[in-house]
Amino acid sequence: MARSAVSLTLVGVTAVLGLLLIGPLAAVIWRADQGLTALDIEAVRFTLWQAALSASLSVALAVPLARALYRRRFYGRGAIISLLGAPFLLPAIVAVLALLSVFGRVGLLAQGAAMLGLTLPSIYGAMGVILAHVFLNMPFAVRLLLLGWQSIPSERFRLAQSLGFGPPALFLHIELPMLRLVAPGAVMAIFMICLSSFAVALTLGGGPRATTVELSIYQALRFDFNLGAAAALGLLQSTLCLAALGLAALLPTQHGFGIGLDRSLALGAPKGWRAYADFAGIFCATVFLLLPLGVLFYTGLSGIGSLPWVIWPAAARSVGVALCAAFLACFAALILAKASLRYGRFYEGVAMLPLATSSLVLGTGLFLIIHPFFSPARAALSVTILTNGFLSLPFAFRILLPDLRRLYADYGHQMTLYDLGPWAAFRFVIWPRMRPAIGFALGVTAAISMGDLGVITLFANADGTTLPMMIARLLGAYKMQEAASAALLLVLLSFGLFWLFDSREGKDA
Amino acid sequence: MRKITFFAMGFSVLATIGQAKTPVLNVLTYDSFTSEWGPGPMVEAAFEAVCACDLVFQGAGDGAALLARLQLEGITSDADVVLGLDTNLIEAARDTGLFAPLPQLPSAKLPIVWADPVFAPFDWGWFSFVYEQGTVSNVPQSFVELAASDLKIVIQDPRSSTPGLGLLMWVKAAYGDGAAQIWADLADNIVTVTPDWSQSYGMFLAGEADMVLSYTTSPAYHLIAEGDESKAAAAFSEGHYMQVEVAGKLAATDQPQLADQFLTFMTSAAFQEVIPQTNWMYPAYAIPTGLPSGFEQMITPEVSLMFDPKEASALRDATLSEWRAALSR
Repeated sequence: MARSAVSLTLVGVTAVLGLLLIGPLAAVIWRADQGLTALDIEAVRFTLWQAALSASLSVALAVPLARALYRRRFYGRGAIISLLGAPFLLPAIVAVLALLSVFGRVGLLAQGAAMLGLTLPSIYGAMGVILAHVFLNMPFAVRLLLLGWQSIPSERFRLAQSLGFGPPALFLHIELPMLRLVAPGAVMAIFMICLSSFAVALTLGGGPRATTVELSIYQALRFDFNLGAAAALGLLQSTLCLAALGLAALLPTQHGFGIGLDRSLALGAPKGWRAYADFAGIFCATVFLLLPLGVLFYTGLSGIGSLPWVIWPAAARSVGVALCAAFLACFAALILAKASLRYGRFYEGVAMLPLATSSLVLGTGLFLIIHPFFSPARAALSVTILTNGFLSLPFAFRILLPDLRRLYADYGHQMTLYDLGPWAAFRFVIWPRMRPAIGFALGVTAAISMGDLGVITLFANADGTTLPMMIARLLGAYKMQEAASAALLLVLLSFGLFWLFDSREGKDA
Repeated sequence: MRKITFFAMGFSVLATIGQAKTPVLNVLTYDSFTSEWGPGPMVEAAFEAVCACDLVFQGAGDGAALLARLQLEGITSDADVVLGLDTNLIEAARDTGLFAPLPQLPSAKLPIVWADPVFAPFDWGWFSFVYEQGTVSNVPQSFVELAASDLKIVIQDPRSSTPGLGLLMWVKAAYGDGAAQIWADLADNIVTVTPDWSQSYGMFLAGEADMVLSYTTSPAYHLIAEGDESKAAAAFSEGHYMQVEVAGKLAATDQPQLADQFLTFMTSAAFQEVIPQTNWMYPAYAIPTGLPSGFEQMITPEVSLMFDPKEASALRDATLSEWRAALSR
């Protein structure tokens, strides 16, 4: 009872905060010289629409796929689960070119269709945007849901089996409650990622019809140098995200499957058509995800050896940045996840805020703060670490929170009983049980931090270039082939870091 | 604690000695100018050989990011010279009031008359649509022909890219009030609009479009650096819009003489002959050795279009809305 009073209060607080954000924002827009034009409103509408559709489609497709991967055992399963991490880690420009090599006007699909005398509809347009966002985010959703499935104690499945549950009953009584915990978080995270999408949305959207709020911010900051407009648009974007968070806060967070013996094991996977459907799903998803990656590999691989030597120190710098940012993000995520369990969902909102932040506004703000004190160029790498850590925090949080919540539901009582301090709790309870989730979180944040460039462009790096900057330079110098190889190197390094951290247990369980 | 103070003092003394010996000239420019493949390294070596100074390039994004950065820093910027603004950004840059008048410089060799007291050009080019010879049979010779064809083009967004904005001005300069109609007719030719030039160009090379918005000199890169003769630029009868890249001296500089020396050096052959094969643009001042071989094969438009900076700045917002409305339909 006390718990629900607390969560009611929090919903109230969220609503008030939301109003406090919307109120002044509306005032700013009202008083601004031109205000929101019909085109701006169109941008908001498009941004919301594509993000909502991309997020729900990604998670809807991820549910059967995650379940199939959970309950089937086959050769190459571990590799597929690992590879699921890859699309999510691709820098936007690389992802777009990889997707176009398969789905574009002269892509593999179009060529195949042409041989059969068919013409495929163009990828450019709203469908292209959705396709790209599903390609980039669905695998992340699968991994989140898979963690959810793995957290169901095997005793539950045994019990269900002995009660003679068929697959529908199993879904209803065991899997659905887990999904109700994990899926809304996944939908929300992906919704927020897609909300600030800009390069992908514009390029695959086919032009200004696909204008997102982030692009308007970009324009306001760089071409108009209208800080007021940029701030107003940034606030608008944050408000949309907070509204999504507020909505998600209304969903239930009932937890705890009861304590098991820490074993999870797929039991009695159904046979017959369900097996065929599972494998067909796994096959299609793998082809969908692997084809673009394969092309990327094919076009970039031959040139990696002959890349100019300056690439390598840049790559080393990027790996360093990624590692620092990942530890920063995961540390903060654990603390916030703990706080949100103890003090309520306010901290969940706090942890998700980076997703609601426009990286351009963030970079500009940081520049304004740092500049009076010392040369921003000297701070470029530290700022990169800080912002990459900040921007990847929500992903670590989303990965860690469900596990931590279950852990506290199941073991919290004992921890209080034995009066475990935070370090002891981490060492003896959290780490042993959350190793797969923590490894996955470190891997994801490290890999994301390899790729980010958005924030740093203003700072004029004096500490030396990073790999994404090198790729931009190669592209700017017409060296598209070398850029493709450098991009592949970036992907391989990101994926290598991800694979290194993403513990084996996570896949074999 | 005392040790730290001692060290700090030592360092500051050293730093002072260092400064007294070699003055530092900070040049704020776009990132690809300073890159290993840009003009930066060669220009730095050549200038440092004559100036007895330390030339430091600070690279910040692209031309638009450069201006944004300058506006963020305002009067407190430690840059002495800003290099790399393009004609469409000049007026906004002038309005900041951060720039000082130029020293006496030789007059630039451009297809148009250049007489700006604050900004001096260092390179320039014509925008054009680049295509692959052999795949495009009926090369369009105007926007009207392009719009009537079923050729697919990829362009850049004028809200995020300077060439994208250049194309907008090109159509406006060529067609005036008819520009909206041209854009409406072009809509079905445009495969997509990308945030920046390199993404468009990458898509073009991958075969996603028949033509890409770039420069008349782009084929020179393929010809000279790759020995690939297949790329060509389409010559349009209504003329080609120009992009002129300029540099200016900041009023708040603590090295005014050195800044003037650099700007003068910028007009010399030692700087200018680096431009063609690093920036793949035309030098803004004559170079005695002439252009590298291969450049003579590039098309030379008969009409050069360009709004003066004031006009360009005044036209921008309306033209942008026109463009967006025409393509959003």
